[in-house]
Amino acid sequence: MIWETVRLSLISIRRNVLRSFLTLLGIVIGVAAVIAMLTIGSGTTEKVKADISKLGSNLLVVRSGRPAGPGGPGGLDQVVRPLAEKDLAALVAHLSGARAISPASQKQVRVIFGTESLTSGITGTDSAYLDARDWKLVSGRPFSDSETRSGTGVCLVGETVRQQFFGAGDPEGEIIRVNRTSCKIIGLLEPKGYTGFGQDQDNVVLMPLAAYQRRIAGNRDIDNIYIAADERTPTTELQPRVEDILRDTRRITPDRDDDFSIRDMTQIADAMASATTTMTGMLGAVAGVSLLVGGIGIMNIMLVSVTERTREIGIRLAIGAHEKHILIQFLVEATVLSLLGGIIGILIGLALAGIASVALTIPFAPSPAVILLAVGFSALIGMVFGFFPALRGARLDPIDALRHE
Amino acid sequence: MPGPVLISFDKVWKTYGQGEARVHALAGVDLAIRKGEFVAIMGPSGSGKSTAMNIIGCLDTPTAGTYSFEGIDAGRLDRNRRALLRNLYVGFVFQGYNLLPRTTAAENVELPLIYRGVARSERHKLAMQALAEVGLVGREHHTPAELSGGQQQRVAIARAIVTRPTLLVADEPTGNLDTARTHEIMELLTRLNGELGLTIAMVTHEADVAAYAERTIRFLDGHVASDTASLEVA
Ligand SMILES: Nc1ncnc2c1ncn2[C@@H]1O[C@H](COP(=O)(O)OP(=O)(O)OP(=O)(O)O)[C@@H](O)[C@H]1O
Ligand SMILES: [Mg+2]
Repeated sequence: MIWETVRLSLISIRRNVLRSFLTLLGIVIGVAAVIAMLTIGSGTTEKVKADISKLGSNLLVVRSGRPAGPGGPGGLDQVVRPLAEKDLAALVAHLSGARAISPASQKQVRVIFGTESLTSGITGTDSAYLDARDWKLVSGRPFSDSETRSGTGVCLVGETVRQQFFGAGDPEGEIIRVNRTSCKIIGLLEPKGYTGFGQDQDNVVLMPLAAYQRRIAGNRDIDNIYIAADERTPTTELQPRVEDILRDTRRITPDRDDDFSIRDMTQIADAMASATTTMTGMLGAVAGVSLLVGGIGIMNIMLVSVTERTREIGIRLAIGAHEKHILIQFLVEATVLSLLGGIIGILIGLALAGIASVALTIPFAPSPAVILLAVGFSALIGMVFGFFPALRGARLDPIDALRHE
Repeated sequence: MPGPVLISFDKVWKTYGQGEARVHALAGVDLAIRKGEFVAIMGPSGSGKSTAMNIIGCLDTPTAGTYSFEGIDAGRLDRNRRALLRNLYVGFVFQGYNLLPRTTAAENVELPLIYRGVARSERHKLAMQALAEVGLVGREHHTPAELSGGQQQRVAIARAIVTRPTLLVADEPTGNLDTARTHEIMELLTRLNGELGLTIAMVTHEADVAAYAERTIRFLDGHVASDTASLEVA
């Protein structure tokens, strides 16, 4: 009986191909919009997560200045006290659960080789930096401890720097000018591409901290301390330990707030990801409203269909159809119609998301759950919006219906 | 050789409208039809023939009085029970054929069987048999638009008899047909009445059509004006 009815409804949909298609358009657009939104959204979330994990996973970054919060970073009442070598030394000596601890001071500086120049991010750091950031060398070697200590003019460069100055050539052993000093390239960093914030992670030059402080910054401050947690220690556990040690070396009395901040990159990644997810959900909901419009389209066309087929309903009732037979027939028809629209919509939505993922270089991440939901939802819309017209058909008086022209 | 009473009207009234516009389509009709009878119903336009036929076919219910069908008080059944009664015992033939458009003859004939829950293959077999009985072999896959009026009415008759009903209700079945087609259809109905023992109640305006029936009931202003055995066909 149900199969018979489904077959019947497909026949009646086929009889009116153009009208059926126009009716479906609302559902098609609605479902396509929802599917495209959610698929692009989850691709973006994945991309953001991947980007942030490029910044380093299980990484804490310590900075001077009060933590960001209500009132903003660093109050007016507070003179920002920079991080110093003794803070780093205390962490290295007392912190357990860290795989690598490394200082980093950064500045955008003009780098020159021959007649070429490039503004690049110069980082003064030590040999633990590569480990802390999980960066690798393609060729060459990291700084030696003695180079770090004495502040020798050596440096590691990123792929962008190499391309600017040497093309595909080998940069090792070349001398570049950084600001008013010069350094010898001893290694090439592995390419990392752009961050989600559009920052070129390969336009970098690393040099020993002492050299940076002396020749570029002109002070002995440390901007950041990177702390990578080891496998057994979650960053949430490491963070309070770091805080304790720093409060201690920086002699902060219990009645005073921290004058430094510790950022947990994992938490930032999660927060960013959940922000994109919320955004996606909201866009999806807006797109969902168009599904409602599609539903009203279905209701409209089913009312037309019931009116057009009043005589047919009369014949069926005269022949002995129960009210529920008529009701089911039109409900199935509305559901099949809307389901068809849903399936077409899903295909179009996925195609759009596929094109977008290529254009935006985000992963194509279709979710089976979302697709199933869209199928279920479009069937539901057919049933809900088809019900009233179907009931109207089922309640017709057979004599009146037979007399209908 | 009429059998026991199949249909009986006991002071049946059918009233439409309110107050000034009130119309008594049937005004206290008493009548009985026995199983196996072939009855023609005649009368001027507006005399209540179709109204009576709708009640006989359990499509409608009286405003007052009692209508019994096979001893069942059909006038007081709800619409779904009457639908079941129609499906089990009544076949309809209309003046305008009333076939489903764009649906083949075979599918049209199968329709009442679908509502009976008959399996597909069985349905097909019965439909073919019914189409053969009305002389339409080879036209199974034609849609109504591809059939002549006479052929369409044959399909309608096949649809009416495919369930082997007790009663056939025919409201002006030949009203849209030419003389030759009219006689073919009447011969078919007469044969079905004779061979299957099908009780037939048929409305007509033409005396020579009524002549095929054994009995003629004349309506006038919602009353039965006369009820006589038919004259033999000339
Ligand atoms: N649904 C209705 N509402 C109001 N009046 C109706 C309705 N159906 C029938 N009538 C009235 O009842 C009376 C009998 O109608 P009916 O259709 O039974 O006549 P009939 O004998 O079949 O006529 P005809 O030969 O023209 O078909 C008429 O006066 C008609 O106007
Ligand atoms: Mg009439």
